Amino acid sequence: MRVDDKGLIDRSRPVRFQFDTIGYSGFEGDTVASALLANGQRLMGRSFKYHRPRGVLTAGSEEPNALVTVGRGAAQEPNVRATVQEIHSGLDVRSQNAWPSLKTDVMSLNDLAWPFLGAGFYYKTFMWPKAFWEKLYEPVIRRAAGLGALSGRHNRDKYERAYAFCDLLIIGAGPAGLMAALVAGRAGVDVLVVDEDRVMGGRLNAETYVIDAEPGSAWAAAVVAELQGMANVRLMTRTTVTGAYDQGTYAALERVSSHLPERADGAPLETFWRIVARRAILASGALERPVAFADNDRPGIMMAGAVRAYLNRWGVAPGQRVAVFGNNDDAHRTATDLVEAGVEVAGLIDSRPGAQVTGTGFPVYTSSVVAGSTGRHGLTGIAVQGPNGHHRVEADCLAMSGGWNPTVHLTCHMNGRPTWREDIAGFVPTPGSVPGLVAAGACNGDFSTAACLAAGSAAAKAVVKDLGGKTTRVSLPDAEDKAYQIAPLWAVPGKGRAWLDFQNDVTVKDVKQAATENFRSVEHMKRYTTQGMATDQGKNSNVAALAVLADATGRAIPETGTTTFRPPYTPVSIAAMGAGAQGAGFAPQRYTTSHAVSVEMGAPMIEAGLWYRPGYFPRKGETTWRQACDREVEYVREAVGVCDVSTLGKIDIQGPDAAAFLDFVYTNTFSTLKVGRVRYGLMLREDGHVMDDGTTARLGEQHFVMTTTTAAAGNVMRHLEFVHQVLRPEFDVRFTSVTEQWAQFAVAGPRSRELLNDILDAPIDKDSWPFMACGETSVAGIAGRLFRISFSGEHAYEVALPSRYGESLFRLLVKRAESLSGGAYGMEALNVLRIEKGHITHAEIHGRTTAFDIGFARMISTKKDCIGKTMAAREGMVDPMRERLVGLKPVGPVKQLTAGAHVFERGAAAIRENDRGYVTSVAFSPTLGHSIGLAFVRGGPERLGDVMRVVDHLRDIETDVEICAPVFVDPDGGRTRG
Amino acid sequence: MKFSGLRVLKEGLTGNRGWTPHWRDPEPKAEYDAVIIGGGGHGLATAYYLASNHGMTNIAVLEKGYIGSGNIGRNTTIVRANYFLPGNSEFYSHSLKLWEGLEQDLNYNVMHSRRGLINLFHSDGQRDAFVRRGNAMLNQGDDAVLLDREGVRKYLPYLDFDNLRFPVYGGLLHPRGGSARHDAVAWGYARGADQRGVDLVQNCEVTGIDIERGVVKGVQTTRGAIRARKVAIVTAGRSGQVAAMAGMRLPIESHVLQAFVTEGLKPVIDHVVSFGMGHFYISQSDKGGLVFGGDLDFYASYAQRGNLPMAEHVMEAGMTLMPMIGKAKVLRSWGGIMDMTPDGSPIIDRTDTEGLFIDCGWCYGGFKAVPASGVALAHLMATGQSHEIAAGFRLDRFRTGRGIIDEEGTGSQHNLH
Amino acid sequence: MRLTCPLCGERDRREFYYQGDAVSLNRPSPEAGVDAWDDYVHLRDNPAGETRDMWQHEGGCGAWIVVTRNTVTHEVLGTALAGPAAGARI
Repeated sequence: MRVDDKGLIDRSRPVRFQFDTIGYSGFEGDTVASALLANGQRLMGRSFKYHRPRGVLTAGSEEPNALVTVGRGAAQEPNVRATVQEIHSGLDVRSQNAWPSLKTDVMSLNDLAWPFLGAGFYYKTFMWPKAFWEKLYEPVIRRAAGLGALSGRHNRDKYERAYAFCDLLIIGAGPAGLMAALVAGRAGVDVLVVDEDRVMGGRLNAETYVIDAEPGSAWAAAVVAELQGMANVRLMTRTTVTGAYDQGTYAALERVSSHLPERADGAPLETFWRIVARRAILASGALERPVAFADNDRPGIMMAGAVRAYLNRWGVAPGQRVAVFGNNDDAHRTATDLVEAGVEVAGLIDSRPGAQVTGTGFPVYTSSVVAGSTGRHGLTGIAVQGPNGHHRVEADCLAMSGGWNPTVHLTCHMNGRPTWREDIAGFVPTPGSVPGLVAAGACNGDFSTAACLAAGSAAAKAVVKDLGGKTTRVSLPDAEDKAYQIAPLWAVPGKGRAWLDFQNDVTVKDVKQAATENFRSVEHMKRYTTQGMATDQGKNSNVAALAVLADATGRAIPETGTTTFRPPYTPVSIAAMGAGAQGAGFAPQRYTTSHAVSVEMGAPMIEAGLWYRPGYFPRKGETTWRQACDREVEYVREAVGVCDVSTLGKIDIQGPDAAAFLDFVYTNTFSTLKVGRVRYGLMLREDGHVMDDGTTARLGEQHFVMTTTTAAAGNVMRHLEFVHQVLRPEFDVRFTSVTEQWAQFAVAGPRSRELLNDILDAPIDKDSWPFMACGETSVAGIAGRLFRISFSGEHAYEVALPSRYGESLFRLLVKRAESLSGGAYGMEALNVLRIEKGHITHAEIHGRTTAFDIGFARMISTKKDCIGKTMAAREGMVDPMRERLVGLKPVGPVKQLTAGAHVFERGAAAIRENDRGYVTSVAFSPTLGHSIGLAFVRGGPERLGDVMRVVDHLRDIETDVEICAPVFVDPDGGRTRG
Repeated sequence: MKFSGLRVLKEGLTGNRGWTPHWRDPEPKAEYDAVIIGGGGHGLATAYYLASNHGMTNIAVLEKGYIGSGNIGRNTTIVRANYFLPGNSEFYSHSLKLWEGLEQDLNYNVMHSRRGLINLFHSDGQRDAFVRRGNAMLNQGDDAVLLDREGVRKYLPYLDFDNLRFPVYGGLLHPRGGSARHDAVAWGYARGADQRGVDLVQNCEVTGIDIERGVVKGVQTTRGAIRARKVAIVTAGRSGQVAAMAGMRLPIESHVLQAFVTEGLKPVIDHVVSFGMGHFYISQSDKGGLVFGGDLDFYASYAQRGNLPMAEHVMEAGMTLMPMIGKAKVLRSWGGIMDMTPDGSPIIDRTDTEGLFIDCGWCYGGFKAVPASGVALAHLMATGQSHEIAAGFRLDRFRTGRGIIDEEGTGSQHNLH
Repeated sequence: MRLTCPLCGERDRREFYYQGDAVSLNRPSPEAGVDAWDDYVHLRDNPAGETRDMWQHEGGCGAWIVVTRNTVTHEVLGTALAGPAAGARI
């Protein structure tokens, strides 16, 4: 229920929202949790294993209990913290992990079976009968497990990613962070202040602290206002720094629109930030920890600091009669705040014998603990155990405090281990855990407001100095400086189940049982019990669980060790971290200059790496791709075909040592190549396997243009730079990738010269452009290049013009080809043509094959060194019994060949032991009228003429084949040279 | 103690007071017949099979930290036998068969679940490569089914078939592929080995390997010297440092591989899905978290943590392939140290030092190999002969170029496998 | 992770390609023998600690860079152009 005159909510702006289809109202500034509490709704969720009824435990992102589902349809978002989600008009909130309803959950039967469902029970059972795990047990367990549900629909929300750079990143805008920002801001440093909350101030907004005689929240607001006026300071709210990474990189998630009913035009739901900071100050505060006692998990039992936050920040009394239980002085303020606000306090229970309690208006029980609780769907009372025995206290809310844990998480992201501090019974960051980052304030174990302000100021001064700046005098405001008094209390002894990890239902008993079963290492205990593996990643429970384990194993806490906090600090949606990649955004799309024309012509465009290339160019009346493909092959074999080959990598190589350099990267020799000639080159990796192949043209004495395969263009470019810069730095040679600069088209077929002479400014003939000639040319006055090279095995050329003329040239070439009974051809025909000719692609040079395997052993020059030469000569690389390239022709009744089929001897079983090779490429050859294939067969060239069996188990095809040379058409190359 | 549903019931009724340690914490003895350095999955499995298959029980597993603290406790739990090169095929095939009886063999529920693995392909060339792979799997006697686009849609209707940057052409389904509960595998082997008399010595770091005239004599540890006639190095990402104690350089570079898990969700992904174009794979744990990962961070590292570029790339791949997971939230990310070899395949072999053996180079695929690796190394240590399923995992194959097993085809740059 | 390209300055790791140990600077002669080549192509010191490895500023100037780094902490201790390290005449 609401308390008058309290809170940072706007009571003039009521907001209606739904929870489990029931309408509720709250105010602007409310979270789902504060609004539900204000409406008296304590039950908000169910636990993971036992489906225990649960209410809100905290007032922050560490909430383990009050997880809800927000939104419907594709917008449905599971596992939203009710303590973080701000309400807005129309917000549709549902409870989760309960059926048929939150109040009546069938799965809560698990809670009755708890003696059989203790730590690790599932490792010991469900093994019989064997088949039942997959058929019965696992499906049942899977359905029972999980929290909320995804919608199953494609994401339709917008998410973004962004970069930010700053000199100083301040993480958290409580008293320490704001003070640091003020000092650094006034010193002119480029500051970025990031805070998880919607409003800066941290605990100052949740407490009744006074700073310089005004409310802490007012001081915070004034500082924020001053910072907003500084050009060198940027403030980000609703933004959580989720990870610390190398060299001052931080990840952060900004909740841009999740608090709004209507999204601003173009605004994303969330933005994932990569922040690069020269220095960082961690001012992330502290998180309060529960005390384990029997049935400490009932709705209505919550953290004392959360009770104060709901009271002071949201003007909500979480109960009508509130008891307070703690082991530290900080908890006492809960009672005084409540009494001042007019809420009945049922009692203050302090476990410490000599606890000094100021404040009046409530019974005080020192040397006492809470040993149990009652109330099925909400707390009705607690059992207080003191020096004079048990007695019951009626209460509908219990504010508990086991002390505070500094929020050290980010300092552990780079393998830092926190340091135990006995005086605060908590871990603090170990200095230097994240290079460039210092911790200040409560996250460093300084709990008083004055200490936080001083630490923030000191940290900022050090950073300013470190960055070479100067600080102006900034006086520290007056604030409370009460020493933090605590006596550790982790678990109240006694019968019953006392919860540590609320969400995962890990109890003190479970941790003790794990220790008994020798899961004594803290990591073993965690993994065996699932302690700390819930959505809060142990923020609420890890330290207490560690203490219980330490106790059970007779060790001290520091000796017991800690588990590792890892990124993200709070969970981050996949959509935010992967923003922009959905659909086509995953990878760049590269288009050739002929793309639009090809699409116009009806060609299906297929992916070739990042490029798109036409598969084939369908004609009216054709019903299958094969018809188009066969026709296009015929163009090339009988007339002339035109194909865009611009996607092949083109590298311009110039310099006095260009030729010598090529001699070193290619297996064969290029220094002997004459200007105006082209040579096919084979390139190895240093490990002796084939890396790539292609033609290289010598355009001048010191000028070459290398072509690479489409797939390897980037690799080859990088390789050339490596070989030059690292291995042959003495060579005077330079490279530039010119792939995009030239539009290049193959013009192939017996009528190719006829076509070219139609369009080239200067005609060519047999003598001026013999096979493997190259040089300058021009089309309609545009200077270009012409190469007489052939992938198809026909009399062919490749003509290149600057890219801006590519589309026009392609249109022109296709039109002329059509007038010569030819036309455009696509990737399918290109593939058939090259297989007919036995030309290899990456289907054959797939990274495991050698020059020897593909029959090119003689291309490795004996007269010089080259990359890969030595390793290619290893005994295992030149074994005649390696799988080597051959051709295949079907000879039996089955004529179909499939790529990926394996090769066996006839009569041998088609099993691994008898495997003799595999088929890499197949095609129906319209030229020959039957299927052909390329394959790697053990001892291949020695098997020519043998009949073997090709088996494709997957498609259930077996074909008898004759092993033949891998060139099916024009083996002596007469047509190519013609 | 034998674990069973009945035992759980009985203990539940009597206050769970009868549970006993799953393994002892013995003091190391001065001498063993064999010592295994490394208490991860492979080391524990080796000890288990040395004891159960070869009757060698006077042995110890020496673990620097706690058992199962390496990659067995930080992987994405995929179990499969879908390799295509000889050397790998027979090994992983055998391993999968061992998985299929592991619960009963170990009396420990490792939750092995054959929910089916689907490798997607996105071009004709990739299809041909997967057909080659599927046929190799069938040649080996394992299972594989070729799915076309519509076939994939039946299994994985939630993929983005319409807008995906690299459209789905089809997939190779490996019905027996699946997952398991990784920690339980370590614990099950540990308990099984312990029950057979093996000493599991935790918090015992090996600091030296004693070799005299080419023969191994034992190890130096933080808990004293231990004599042994046979010593095996089974230390995964740390193999380089341990092998250096024996004066060896290995063909290994250690790299970081990240993995991710989301908050718990109701069942939504029923298979293991692998997206080759995006280097992305995903499954859902029995607890409900989506468990997924991608490629190496690509730089040598022992940090067991990675950086944002690869983490984001993995999320990008997930978003393009199955945009329905967008609102799942990543709960935790972590990294493991991958012992990358020049061909991406492992090493189980003797060394030049008599009595010293090595089992390493599992790259990022060691989890599924645990049972067979244990069997093979135990066989090699006990009999002196390579087990037939691991005969190809020789240390000298790089030197000779004979029997290189390069599934990725990316060659001797360690991080590309 | 960020690296400093000696030519371009500090840049995000995304701009760089990683190849492997800087052993690749010392390519053996063709006659060096099997062991030397096995060492060069396959075997690695693989240190847990300070190492030198090869990166290319592929998304930038294209320079190959020798990075001195700690493989345990990811601290970058220094970067230098590979060319001069390999004996280039600048």
